[in-house]
Amino acid sequence: MKRVLATATAAGLALTLAACGSSSTSSGPAPGSSAPEVRTLTVLAAASLTGTFNALKSRFETDNPGVTVTISYGGSSDLAQQIVNGSPADLFAAASDTTMRTVTDASLTTAAPTIFATNVLQIATVPGNPKKIVSFADLAKPDLKVVVCAPAVPCGAAAAKVEKATGVTLKPVSEEPDVKSVLSKVATGNADAALVYVTDVTAAKGTVQGVSFPESSQAVTNYPIAVLKNARQADLAARFQELVTGELGQKTLAAAGFGAKK
Amino acid sequence: MTSAGPLAPAREEERAAAVALPGWLWLPATLAFALIALPVVGLLLKADWPRIPALLLSSASVDALLLSLETAAVATALCIALGGPLAVVLARGRLRGLRFLRSVVLLPLVLPPVVGGLALLYLLGRTGLVGKGIDLAFGITIPFTTASVIIAQTFVALPFLVVSLEGAIRTAGERYEAIAATLGATPALAFRRVTVPLILPGLLSGAILAFARAMGEFGATITFAGSLQGVTQTLPLLVYQQREEDVDAAVTTSLLLVVVSIVVIAVARPRTVQGVA
Repeated sequence: MKRVLATATAAGLALTLAACGSSSTSSGPAPGSSAPEVRTLTVLAAASLTGTFNALKSRFETDNPGVTVTISYGGSSDLAQQIVNGSPADLFAAASDTTMRTVTDASLTTAAPTIFATNVLQIATVPGNPKKIVSFADLAKPDLKVVVCAPAVPCGAAAAKVEKATGVTLKPVSEEPDVKSVLSKVATGNADAALVYVTDVTAAKGTVQGVSFPESSQAVTNYPIAVLKNARQADLAARFQELVTGELGQKTLAAAGFGAKK
Repeated sequence: MTSAGPLAPAREEERAAAVALPGWLWLPATLAFALIALPVVGLLLKADWPRIPALLLSSASVDALLLSLETAAVATALCIALGGPLAVVLARGRLRGLRFLRSVVLLPLVLPPVVGGLALLYLLGRTGLVGKGIDLAFGITIPFTTASVIIAQTFVALPFLVVSLEGAIRTAGERYEAIAATLGATPALAFRRVTVPLILPGLLSGAILAFARAMGEFGATITFAGSLQGVTQTLPLLVYQQREEDVDAAVTTSLLLVVVSIVVIAVARPRTVQGVA
């Protein structure tokens, strides 16, 4: 009971502090600890980079003993908001120029961002493509249930760009806030087709089937990366960025379906 | 409070005489209130006030508000129509395994809403257990329709109504019905004339909780119903989408959601429900 009370009091105290708006200084390593220093590199990366960055993380940790890489994956704009609101991170890899601009506009990067990969849209259909969708124009067929990303998110903006370039107007049954919910509608068979990035189709591993279309080149999405100004491990962050833009990183990205850096 | 009329002063006095609160209660109570209220204050401070009228009058906001009110109202009605009887059965029924049934009813509270949405897809989706039959027989696909939003909201809101109503029924006890029965009332008559009036406050407060939960529903809706302006895009879905490109718009829409919920609760809550847990 006593312990419960103590915990509750501590939590209550924390709340009081939070309510008063006082910021506590982060405590460093405990004094007198003799263990060798373990350094942690914190990376914020767009969700579409999950597979490739996890592979690069293992490589980086092998090459740099004593270094742990923590990668937080999420929607690019969420991550950008977190950085603007003071999230302690070292490196940011975004899935669009716009989201990176949120961070650069706040002067929170050390240098101008580097484009390390590109991505294009692909049609995702139910495995086997029962509705025989072969072109972008096919998506406008009235009996098809098509799902796209909302215009506000990068994949939706790209879809709108392709629509404009081709003059084909889609009548989607849903405009979803992220790629995952778009893909799940097709993977569960509730929609016939969706517009997502080619890397999303690769990552979905057979739960959907990809159909490429030439007009996708009308909307190429850039993936910028930048070391953050408040980085505690700026040197490690720069090295990780080199890994991503280097030969191995580019090979890994290409295998996942990404286009080459500019 | 003010609506109590001429009786109000007397009741205030009575209350003051009967209940003297121990002083230490105020500290945790204040903290609890602050934890709930301060984040909303944060929203208020973040809001871009000059832009609010334009943002609120955008077609996306208006459509989402109307859709949210409509779907949450229908979902609440469904909760009352289906959950009310379920609460009575759970509280009064003599059935083996009732305790197990009761824990099943709580599932939507425990399940992450996204998982609930997936479960609904697997049941009612085009390839789902029941949805496949409906699609083949009638050519109706449930996901992506306004009906699917209502189903998702009803799913997540039902336990709120059932649990609070069941509690009210248990507290009310069966004495009055027993007496009604000795006076010759049939079970149906006793239920209508005795039970229902007794549990009405509990039903209302359960309905308000269910409505509030339906208004705020997000995860099950996006998974099961998708998001399309005017059809399935409720206020929470609009907030989530706006947050991607325009945080100010998202904040404003959140405020709209907060205000609408408070107004609905304030209008529905006084008189009948005061003091009922």
